[in-house]
Amino acid sequence: MATTTLAPEGKAYTRSWVLDWLTTVDHKKIGVLYIVNSFVFFFFAGLLALVIRSELAVPGLQFVDESTFNQSFTMHGTLMIFLFIVPIFSGFGNYIVPLMLGAPDMAFPRINALSFWMLPLGGGLIVSGYLVGGAAAGGWTGYNPLTQENFSPGDGTDLWIMGLAVVGTASILGSVNFLTTIFKMRAPGMTLFRMPIFVWTVLVTQSLILLATPVITAALIALFIDRNYGGSFFDPSVGGDPVLWQHLFWFFGHPEVYIVILPALGVVSEVLPTFSRKPLFGYHAFVWATIGIGLLSFSVWAHHMFTTGVVFLPFFTFMTALIAIPTGVKMFNWLATLWRGSLVFTSAMLFGLGIVSMFLIGGISGVMLASAPVDFHLQDTYFVVAHLHYVFFGGAAMGVFAATYYWFPKMSGRLLNETLGKIHFAMLFVGFNATFFVQHMLGIQGMPRRVADYAADAGWTEMNLISTVGAFLIAASMVPFVVNVVTSLMNGPKSGDDPWEGNTLEWATTSPPPTYNFDSLPPIRSERPVFDLRHRDDPMFHPELAHATETSKGADR
Amino acid sequence: MSAHAPAATPAPVRRQGGFPIPLVGMLLFISSEVMFFGGLFATYFSARASFAGEWGPPPPAPELEFFPLPIPITIILLISSFTMHFGVRAIARGNSGRMRLWLLVTLGLGILFLIGQVIDYTTLGFGISDGVYGTVFYTLTGFHGAHVFGGVVGLTILAVRAGAGQFSARNHVAVEAVSYYWHFVDVVWIALFTTLYVLG
Repeated sequence: MATTTLAPEGKAYTRSWVLDWLTTVDHKKIGVLYIVNSFVFFFFAGLLALVIRSELAVPGLQFVDESTFNQSFTMHGTLMIFLFIVPIFSGFGNYIVPLMLGAPDMAFPRINALSFWMLPLGGGLIVSGYLVGGAAAGGWTGYNPLTQENFSPGDGTDLWIMGLAVVGTASILGSVNFLTTIFKMRAPGMTLFRMPIFVWTVLVTQSLILLATPVITAALIALFIDRNYGGSFFDPSVGGDPVLWQHLFWFFGHPEVYIVILPALGVVSEVLPTFSRKPLFGYHAFVWATIGIGLLSFSVWAHHMFTTGVVFLPFFTFMTALIAIPTGVKMFNWLATLWRGSLVFTSAMLFGLGIVSMFLIGGISGVMLASAPVDFHLQDTYFVVAHLHYVFFGGAAMGVFAATYYWFPKMSGRLLNETLGKIHFAMLFVGFNATFFVQHMLGIQGMPRRVADYAADAGWTEMNLISTVGAFLIAASMVPFVVNVVTSLMNGPKSGDDPWEGNTLEWATTSPPPTYNFDSLPPIRSERPVFDLRHRDDPMFHPELAHATETSKGADR
Repeated sequence: MSAHAPAATPAPVRRQGGFPIPLVGMLLFISSEVMFFGGLFATYFSARASFAGEWGPPPPAPELEFFPLPIPITIILLISSFTMHFGVRAIARGNSGRMRLWLLVTLGLGILFLIGQVIDYTTLGFGISDGVYGTVFYTLTGFHGAHVFGGVVGLTILAVRAGAGQFSARNHVAVEAVSYYWHFVDVVWIALFTTLYVLG
C-alpha cells in the first residue's frame, strides 16, 4: 500500500476544532457533517419505526394511542426520507464527487456550507412539533384535507411545513452547487463520458432535485396559506381542489423516489466493478439508462393517484411500466459485471449484492402496482409499505451502508473490521426481509397502512409479529455497525491510499485527503484513471506494445 | 498496493474557460425558480379550470382594470430590464460610474414597481381569503413581488460594491448574474400580467 508523499500542510494559525467544524467550507468536512447529521436523524426515525412495529406486534392498543401512532409514522417517513436518505447521499456526494472529478473543492464552497447548515435547522423545526403539543400527523405525504386546519389544528403541522420548505431550499442550493461542480470543475482530461458512474448518478439526481423540489415548495406554501391566512387552494367549498395537492406532491414525489435510489445505484456501480476486478459492463448503456430514468420520472406521478378517478390510467400505467426498461438495463449491467469476475466478498460487496437483489424485488412490486387494476386493490395497503421499503431500505439504505464500508477508509484513513461488517450485513439482511417480506402478504389480504390496530380474528397476527421481530433485528444490527465504526476510528488498522484497488480518482490521493485534495493527478485517459495507472506497464493492456515486442523479437532472430 | 503514486504526473494547469462558474450557478438557480413559478401557475390554472361560477374577482369586487396602475407598473418593470442591460454594457466597457448610475435607475424602477403594486392591492376590493380567486391572485403576485424585492436587495448590494470600485471591465460577473435574475423576474411578470389581466 503506497502512501503518497504530500507537501506538509501549513500551520499558519490554530483554532479550536469546534470552531473549525462550525465554520468549515471544505467539501470533505461538510460531507462528513452531512453524513453525521443524517445518521442522527436515522437513529431518531428508526426509534419511531420501533414504536410503530411494537404497537402493531399484536392486536389491540398496548403502548401508544392513535394520535401518537399517527405522529410516529408521519415523522418516521418525513425524517427518513427528507433528513436521512436524501441528505446522506448529498454527504457522500459532497465528499466523493470533487475527488472523483479531480477537483480541489465544490464550485461554491460557502453556499455548500449554507445548504448543509439549513438541514439541522429544518429538521429541528420538523421535530420541534413534539414540543408544542404534538408533531405533524398527516402522513409524510401530507394529503389534504387531512393536513388542513380543521383536521390537524396544532402547530406541529405548520412547523412540518416550514421545516420541509427549509430542507427543500437547502437541497435546491445544494443541487445548483453539485451541477455547477460537475459541469465546470472537472480536471483536464475528465470528459463527461470518463466520469465515474457515481458522478453520473449524482448529476441526474441533482437535476431532479433542482427541477422537482421547487414544485413541492410551492405546494407547501399553498398549504401554509390555506392553514394560516384563510386561503382556499385545497378547499373545495370555495372552488379549491384537494386533489391538486396530490398532483403537486407527486410531481415532486415520484422524482423524489429516483432522487433517493439513483445515488445508491451509483454506489453499487462503483462497488461491484471494484470487487469483481472487472470494469462495469456497458458504461454508456448505464449512463443512458440513468438519464432515461431521470426523464421518465417526470411523467409518472399520477400512478400514485389511480384511485382518485381523475387521472388517465392507461397513460400513467404505460409510462410507469416503461421505467422498468432502463432499470432492467442496469440489472443486466451489474449481472454481466459480476459474470466471471474474481469476486471479493468484502462487507461493501455484500451490501452491493444486497441492493441488487432487494431492489429487484422492489422494482418488480413497483411494476405490479403500476398496473391500474392491481393498484385499485392494493392502494393504501401494506403491500405499498412493503414495496416502498424494498426500494428505500433494501435499495437506498443498503446503498448507504455499502458506501460507508467502501469509502470509510478514504474518509478516516482506517479500515473497518470485516467480521463485524459481515455480522452487520447478515443481521440487517435477515431482519429486513423478515420485517418487510410478510407485509406483501398482509397487503394482499387487505391490511391497511397507517392504522394503529387490527382485528384479532383477521388472521394477520402471526405475520405482524414476524414483522416486528424483524424490525428489532434491524435495530440490533446497528450495534455491530456502531461498535465497528467507533473502534476503527479509535485504533483501526491504517488503510493506506487504496485498500480496495479502486478505479477512480479518489484512490489516487491520501486517506484522508489533504485540504486541497491532490498534489498531482494521474493522466485521465478513460473512466478508470487509477486502474490505468496501476497497470500502465502491463502489456496485456497495451496490445500495440505487445505487438511491437513480438516484432522486435522477430528482428532479433 | 502498487507503488503508482510517485509516478503520477504533476497536475496540468487548470484553465477556467468557457462560461463563468457564477453564471452557470445563476442559470441553474433560475431554472429551479421556473419550476417554482410553474407550480404556482399550476395552482392557478387548476383552480380556474374547475371553478364552477364565473372566473374573476369575487363579487362585489370590481373586475381587474388595466388602469390606473397595472399597465404603468408593467411598463416600469419592462424599462428596468433595459436600464439593467445598459448597466452591464457600461461596465463591460469599463465605465464603472455610468454602470452605477444605471444600477441606481434600475433600483429606483424596481422600488417604484413594488410601491405601485402595494397601492394596487389596496384598490382591488378583495383579499387573500375571499375564495380561491383571491388566494391564487395574491399568492402569485405576492411571490412575484417577493422576487422583485430580492432583486432590489441584489441591486442595492451591487450599487454599494460599485461605489467601492469593486467592478471592472474584466471583473463584473456579479453584475451579470444579478442582471440574469432581474430579466427572469421581468419575464415572470409578463407571464403573470398576461395570465391575470389579459386572459382574465
